[in-house]
Amino acid sequence: MELIKIRDLHVNIDNKEILKGFDLNINRGEVHAIMGPNGTGKSTLASALVGKPDYEVTKGEVIFKGKDLLEMEIEERALEGLFLAFQYPVEIPGVSMINFMKTVVDARREYRKEEPISPVDFLKLVKRSSELVGISDKMKGRAVNEGFSGGEKKKNEIFQMAMLQPDLAILDELDSGLDIDSLKQVAEAINKLRNENNAFLIITHYQRLLDYIVPDFVHIMNDGKIVKSGDKDLAKELESKGYDDIMGLN
Amino acid sequence: MEEVKNKVIDELSNKDYEFGFTTDIEMELAPKGLNEDIVRFISEKKGEPQWMLDYRLKAYRHWLTLKMPKWGHLDIPKIDYQDLSYFAAPKNMPKYESLDEVDPELLDTFNKLGIPLEEQKRLTGIAVDAVFDSVSVKTTFQETLKELDIIFCSMSDAIKDHPDLVKKYIGSVVPYTDNYFASLNAAVFSDGSFCYIPKGARCPVELSTYFRINTAGTGQFERTLIIADEGAYVSYLEGCTAPQRDENQLHAAVVEIIAEKDAEVKYSTVQNWYPGDKDGKGGIYNFVTKRAICKGNGSKVSWTQVETGSAITWKYPSTILKGDDTIAEFYSVAVTNNHQQADTGSKMIHLGKNSKSTIVSKGISLGKSQNTYRGMVKFGKNAHNSRNHSQCDSLLMGDKCGAHTFPYIKVENNTGIVEHEATTSKIADDQLNYLKQRGLGEEQAVSLLVNGYAKEVLKQLPMEFAAEATKLLSISMEGSVG
Ligand SMILES: Nc1ncnc2c1ncn2[C@@H]1O[C@H](COP(=O)(O)OP(=O)(O)OP(=O)(O)O)[C@@H](O)[C@H]1O
Ligand SMILES: [Mg+2]
Repeated sequence: MELIKIRDLHVNIDNKEILKGFDLNINRGEVHAIMGPNGTGKSTLASALVGKPDYEVTKGEVIFKGKDLLEMEIEERALEGLFLAFQYPVEIPGVSMINFMKTVVDARREYRKEEPISPVDFLKLVKRSSELVGISDKMKGRAVNEGFSGGEKKKNEIFQMAMLQPDLAILDELDSGLDIDSLKQVAEAINKLRNENNAFLIITHYQRLLDYIVPDFVHIMNDGKIVKSGDKDLAKELESKGYDDIMGLN
Repeated sequence: MEEVKNKVIDELSNKDYEFGFTTDIEMELAPKGLNEDIVRFISEKKGEPQWMLDYRLKAYRHWLTLKMPKWGHLDIPKIDYQDLSYFAAPKNMPKYESLDEVDPELLDTFNKLGIPLEEQKRLTGIAVDAVFDSVSVKTTFQETLKELDIIFCSMSDAIKDHPDLVKKYIGSVVPYTDNYFASLNAAVFSDGSFCYIPKGARCPVELSTYFRINTAGTGQFERTLIIADEGAYVSYLEGCTAPQRDENQLHAAVVEIIAEKDAEVKYSTVQNWYPGDKDGKGGIYNFVTKRAICKGNGSKVSWTQVETGSAITWKYPSTILKGDDTIAEFYSVAVTNNHQQADTGSKMIHLGKNSKSTIVSKGISLGKSQNTYRGMVKFGKNAHNSRNHSQCDSLLMGDKCGAHTFPYIKVENNTGIVEHEATTSKIADDQLNYLKQRGLGEEQAVSLLVNGYAKEVLKQLPMEFAAEATKLLSISMEGSVG
């Protein structure tokens, strides 16, 4: 079943066109990987989809769960089930992880006209999610991302994803900053969260992550659009041949 | 983008004051104006002894020689002191033996304010002394306190029942000659709370006072006196609200705290007087003198304030560290919005050896408001090995508001250390976007960020107050963005 449909998406930053006619369909239950040289617009795609201001959509359409995504505010897109694990998560000083998660979980429940989560259920959810991702109690007690190491910040993104269970999660360079063991654990967590109702869009430079989270589709992006698509073998091919060769084959 | 921000900031300005109701009770008012007869009238109404009247008259005569201070970073419209009434009391209700006797309207007012005078509050362990306009209404929790010989009553009662204590301490920290408003207060103070913790006693409950101005055209002048004798401990909470009125109302309180040897006093305020409307009409003028003395060696005083209300705030809770090895702290969050002006901070006067003080001030400015931190740290000649650490942070939201910092440092003894840090920041867009991406709306995101920013101060508040303060901050923030 179709989850998101991106058609001919053009996005400007500072009047400079970065996305130049991006097309992609993702169905529920699928995992897509996007690879591509630095500066080709992968993070821009993620930012434009979640609705960060300053990303000006000049053309195209995005239909998410049957609704016009581009019409929605940033928080509305999130509440509808779109999640971005940021390439560079920001620190929120003074706001405890627990307070943050409770506020966020309840915002989602309110959007669905549900009662706030009970403290017991909330703590259960926190426990389950943190065990899944490998978040220590110490980290949970601290302010959001404050003083977290690069890897801890990345884990924290996946912890939040586990808490919120979005329909579509975009993971922007999740593998950067994670050590081998953490990468494995986080990948396993994602595999456990994978089901026929949700979908993942994984932005990465390396095959390694895709060894753990096996994608259904791999897309290669260059200069603001997808230039080649294939199955998981495309990533392997890319690893051995490099971009020039692969894109030259196009 | 700018347009959106401005729109949100404008929306914030339309936010209503939650406590802007008035109560319809028959009031007994002093005639407008200020002269010796009015001072006598107040004293007589309260059935005061001669010495108290003499004190008031001395203060009044001194006040006549003073001029309103101009050094604040404040634009204060001229106040006509002859156009105010200096005493207002609900008719026929100077004192109650039980809650049954209290006017139901009055009780209703307190309930609207969320201050249940009844049993509920006992559960949370707060003894409440509620000051409504000029008269102290009812002090709860008396029995528990009595067992420990703790005195917690209205100032009027203290003057009658504990004259020796009042005589000994009143004006000992803030003399009537101290400043314009302290002088005025000493002359016409209406009521307030009195609290005495005897030697070695730890007050088992938070003592709490709620102030409310109700009557139009009146000034409110509370006088609070807190004495912690040797080795005693008390935590004291103060909350304030006022109805919404077009004209400005004057509030000039004095708080004095005395900590004897090894005593500890924690004083927390959540100030939510009516700030005026979005065009700056109405609101309370809050000119308050609060000062403590760490009189005995090893004593400690801690001030925590969350200031969100008042049209104009002029307030510097200060501590004189007279004893050796004394500790003083000042934690403050001041939010100004619309046309509000706040000039607030603290003075730490170190006289004793090894005295330590900490100042943490967080200013948050929105709308067209002006938010000033003014502080003074002084090390006297004998203040060997003393220390002060001051941190003053300002958060600006929007581009029409102002934040200012005036730290003064006077050092007469070079064996100590004074540190001062100051920062000015805006709420970062990437933080806001991060929170929004998780599903929080603008207001919720800003309020979370602001509470995070103020965390260091909020965590100093007693539990029940902290929740209230967090809520209050969120309300003050509604619709804002940096
Ligand atoms: N805020 C911005 N202002 C101006 N240019 C920007 C901004 N953000 C991104 N760009 C430019 O847009 C282009 C695409 O950037 P983007 O971050 O999307 O690349 P990417 O594919 O994610 O690269 P990487 O693999 O290095 O993460 C780059 O040329 C970048 O310099
Ligand atoms: Mg990127």
